[in-house]
Amino acid sequence: MLRVSRLLTAIIAWTTAIVLGGCSQGKPEDFYRSGIIYCSESNPINFNPQLDTSGTTSDASSHQIYGRLLDFNPDSGRIEASLANSWQVSEDGLTYEFQLRKGVTFHTTDYFTPTRTFNADDVIFSIDRWRLPSHPYHNVSGGRYAYFESLGIADNIQEVARLNSYRVRIKLINRDSSFLANLATDFSVILSEEYAKQLMQKGVPERIDHYPVGTGPFKFQSYRKDHYIRFKRHENYWRDTPRSERLIYDITPKSSLRLAKLITGECDAIAFPSQAEVEVIRQRDQLELAEKPGLNIGFWAFNTQKSPFNNPDVRRALAFAIDKNTLLETVYFDSAVRAKTLLPPASWAYQRDADDTAYNPVLARKLLNDAGVPEGFRMTIWAMPVERAYNPNAAKMAELMQRYLAEVGIKADIISYDWTTFRRHLRDGAHDSVLIGWSADSGDPDNFYRPLLSCGAIPSGTNRAMWCNSNYDRLINAALKTENIEQRKRIYQQVNRLLYEQLPLVPLAHAYRYQAYRSGLSGMSINPYGGINFAGVEKKL
Amino acid sequence: MINALSRYTILFTLTLLVLALLSFSLIYMFPGDPLINLTGLVPQNDIQREALIKQFKLDQPYPIQFYHYLQQLFSGNWGYSFISGESLRDEIGIAMPATFELSTYAMVIAVIIGVPVGCYAGLRSYTASDYAINTASIFSYSFPVFWLALIFILFFSLDAGMVPLSGRISLLFEVPNKTGFILIDILLAEDINHSLALKDAIKHLILPTITIGLISTAAMIRITRRSVIDVVNSPYITAARSRGLSKRQIFMRHILRNALLPILPLMAIQVTTLITNAMIVETLFSWPGIGNWLINAINQRDYPALRIGMLAVSTMVITLTILIDFFNRLIDPSREKFERGTI
Repeated sequence: MLRVSRLLTAIIAWTTAIVLGGCSQGKPEDFYRSGIIYCSESNPINFNPQLDTSGTTSDASSHQIYGRLLDFNPDSGRIEASLANSWQVSEDGLTYEFQLRKGVTFHTTDYFTPTRTFNADDVIFSIDRWRLPSHPYHNVSGGRYAYFESLGIADNIQEVARLNSYRVRIKLINRDSSFLANLATDFSVILSEEYAKQLMQKGVPERIDHYPVGTGPFKFQSYRKDHYIRFKRHENYWRDTPRSERLIYDITPKSSLRLAKLITGECDAIAFPSQAEVEVIRQRDQLELAEKPGLNIGFWAFNTQKSPFNNPDVRRALAFAIDKNTLLETVYFDSAVRAKTLLPPASWAYQRDADDTAYNPVLARKLLNDAGVPEGFRMTIWAMPVERAYNPNAAKMAELMQRYLAEVGIKADIISYDWTTFRRHLRDGAHDSVLIGWSADSGDPDNFYRPLLSCGAIPSGTNRAMWCNSNYDRLINAALKTENIEQRKRIYQQVNRLLYEQLPLVPLAHAYRYQAYRSGLSGMSINPYGGINFAGVEKKL
Repeated sequence: MINALSRYTILFTLTLLVLALLSFSLIYMFPGDPLINLTGLVPQNDIQREALIKQFKLDQPYPIQFYHYLQQLFSGNWGYSFISGESLRDEIGIAMPATFELSTYAMVIAVIIGVPVGCYAGLRSYTASDYAINTASIFSYSFPVFWLALIFILFFSLDAGMVPLSGRISLLFEVPNKTGFILIDILLAEDINHSLALKDAIKHLILPTITIGLISTAAMIRITRRSVIDVVNSPYITAARSRGLSKRQIFMRHILRNALLPILPLMAIQVTTLITNAMIVETLFSWPGIGNWLINAINQRDYPALRIGMLAVSTMVITLTILIDFFNRLIDPSREKFERGTI
């Protein structure tokens, strides 16, 4: 008995000594200030945004780990120099020449030590990886480059040539007025060619997407699924050194828990506060809320390759059966704009007088009868399991729609899986209809029309309606052939008309974008043209 | 003694075998492909599928399949989570100690507070202070644990901001997972400010431990009180009193020892409640333990994980129960006459 208590005393004394003695090792506040904790909403699929259009993946990698040739200015939306110092476009709009920045270093990590700085080889490797099916790295990690496939960029590039170490020329086959904008999106990241070569020699090329190396402000340290992602400051970042020594993503799928952690200070910033929580954040003094109209659209897409949804009249009937305004009030709490077309009001091609469907259950039932859809017809509504700016609560929305559809004699079953499985099944076309959406990566209207509904976007999995219409493809291609804004606007108006007639998807809402963070964080801003960026963020309190 | 030991061993083995059989049958009872439910691997094509079926002997009769399943379990091939693709053994190896740690601290609190208070109440039985203690313990014992956890979070975390509400330690600390016990891992970790990390971890520990501990303490008080009352009323205490022993002597020598003996088997029953409570509380405090892990597996329909998770949790509970029971027999020879092992 005595011996036990002596041992206990020893342990207590030892622990106390450590607890008290440690106080000399610098102020605790300094330690807590040295890192930013961001509560993110879900697990990234990998750390290469080329391979995945999901916002979770690009938020975790695009602006943290990587750099791009060009960037969007977050305020004006204009394209500005990044890893490319300057660029020239030829008269015919087919040849682009980029002058690359010198002295840009790649990350030095536990698994890679670069021997050279960024040069033309890295640019060529990064583009050729998604562009050339014969490239040794093309089929690594699945070989699907959803964003580029959905836009059909790869087929339009004739060559990517090295002029010298710091000069690259890209030749296009057809004129594309959105080409530069595409190079500035979250997905056009620059990978390290030297690292790729090393991995290939070791026979583990797929590591490039899971142990990433880039030129961005933070370098990857470790990742544990459902728990965290750790980043460290890239000391030799070519812009201003990142303010924060560490960056940690605390993966917290529940929106209410993220808010709670923000209140207790366990997170410094959180992803996607739900619209219902926005008021709570506004009322708290120590929390800040930034708000901007978002470049996004939430919609209800029908699987147009399945009967009876291949019939435009059925799709129209279903669109008439639901009341968009109620959805806007209950799901978005009025922090969204009603969507008429794919484009949000912030886009320059927004059409104010576009046609829109109205709530009319009687007409809906009549159309369904005419199309031979019986009473009691069963269909599925797939509701995505994660919150997105464009749809903060798909499950709730699906329940409301279930009730609206019951009024016109349709029984709707709501289906949901975990996010990865959900998207895999969607790509296979297992759904009848789905509630999902799109956040644009550039302000260009082509960034909405092409990935969402063009034929080329079906295999890449961004065309959730699985809809292919040659007339539509012809129109959106024609819109890229001209630099004349008014002419492009007119073409997009024709496209809107066609979409209203065909209705492969029902546009629902363009939501505002929110960014919630603690007041102690300075330098946080919403980048409307893509993912979050922590390079200039600093913790003050 | 050897007789008892062998009886316990047989009991333990048989129970585990039944559990293994149950978890094996889950492969077929869960919806979907038995191959995926067993391995967590999704075959990319028919050739691969055939090969996997051969490898896991799914084309053989059930008894052989089961035998092979047991072999796999013992050699540590528990399959892969088909959501995360991680080895289930590694995942459970991280999650289980976290639950164990939480339960241990709660148990320590329950013993440290529960036994003395229970003794006090038992010695002063049917007085005002005994009634007060008894009322309080019944009151706190009847709290639903998840409700209690939420109330604590609301008051202490969200309103007062005194303690954090999720996880084991602020993610700013990099604590490598060695033993799975966060406090020990912190002491073993290098390159971190130990005192700061310990403070942080203890802050994270307070609420979940108190939540579980409170209910276990209440149970402990009631068990101890009952036991002490029984002993106090027994003839040998009266005899000791009549011999003129001091109160202190009577308590230390006669009451405490004899009262603690019947507490141990009752504690064994409490262990199950304790672990169940810990698993519920984990999900509320985002504590990365086995309960949280199982809830995630259910949400994501991760059948391989559910199968092995159920086996792991029940094995842990049964091992603990049998161990405590066996230990109890070791120190309490009066139980020698009941030679059957019990759970």
